[in-house]
Amino acid sequence: MNATSEPKAGDLFATLPAVDEEAQQRLHDRLVAAAEAEGVLDVAYRTIDTPVGTLLLAATDQGLVRVVYEREDHDKALQALAVKVSPRVLSAPGRLDGVAREIEEYFGGRRTAFDLPLDFRLARGFRLGVLAHLPEIAYGHTESYAQVAAATGHPNAVRAVGTACATNPLPVVVPCHRVVRSDGSFGGYVGGPDAKRTLLTLEAAA
Amino acid sequence: MKPFEQVVAEHGATVLRVCRAVLGPVDAEDAWSETFLAALKAYPDLDPDANVEAWLVTIAHRKAIDVRRAEARRAVPVDEVPDRPASRGDPGTWNGDLWSALKALPAKQRHTVAYHYLAGFTHQEVAGIVGGSEAAARRAAADGIATLRRTYASTTTDQGESR
Repeated sequence: MNATSEPKAGDLFATLPAVDEEAQQRLHDRLVAAAEAEGVLDVAYRTIDTPVGTLLLAATDQGLVRVVYEREDHDKALQALAVKVSPRVLSAPGRLDGVAREIEEYFGGRRTAFDLPLDFRLARGFRLGVLAHLPEIAYGHTESYAQVAAATGHPNAVRAVGTACATNPLPVVVPCHRVVRSDGSFGGYVGGPDAKRTLLTLEAAA
Repeated sequence: MKPFEQVVAEHGATVLRVCRAVLGPVDAEDAWSETFLAALKAYPDLDPDANVEAWLVTIAHRKAIDVRRAEARRAVPVDEVPDRPASRGDPGTWNGDLWSALKALPAKQRHTVAYHYLAGFTHQEVAGIVGGSEAAARRAAADGIATLRRTYASTTTDQGESR
């Protein structure tokens, strides 16, 4: 593509705005509504500000499919969703209002368990088994990686439990932060050590 | 393949500009909406090497043709009037003098002018969008822009000089 090949021809269109933010916003809203109505909004997303930074939330028609910390890179995560789930990805905050509300309640200390439809399609096999166990660790409690390994029927798979937690597609909501080292130290976390401390401190205070 | 949101962010403004130049203020936003909804549906099957903007403008072009055909057929008023921005046609704004001048062009000239001079596609790409030969696209764009210079540019330059 070239720019205009004759001088000044483009100037003829000077009164036609190059960018019309108001119209773009209106048209984006309309596109989201039409896409939802026709069932072609495969991945809806929004962001939410929390004490552990801005989280990206993404949902399919099955439920919440991804919670992403900033340090994981939101753009990369959206790119991965486009490849692994569907490229029909749109910013559609309304579709995630319920999720955002529960997360806000959680950080406000008013919610100890999430009651949300979850889409676990990004986890498989052993890792999925670990994630399925995590909600059984009650709010304010912790388990060691070894305890989780034992609970999932693979007592020797302690390292694999660590990997399953590190690759949890739904941190915060699926509480991998409640898995700590046997010596009581926090261990690693997908959201970083500070985020893990913030979550465990929040839950211990309740 | 990029998330579709990125396609909207990167090409939405250009496609709106093209829709406005081709269809005017009343029908442009409907055409944009139909274009991006159709694009969203077809997006997973798009060739990853495709020129996305040319693909979008090709869809928009077909929508524009549909709008004009429907308009020509429409004998009875529609029972529901969509919420549209008012077409005030203020002089000095695009939906005033510029749209009047564009509207007066034959459709083929208006299309080729918008795709080449406004969106920056080559004559070859424009031919791919509107059909026909590259030479015909080049000729239509040249004729269109010449008319536009005469009918529109003169009104804008005169405004300054006459004061």
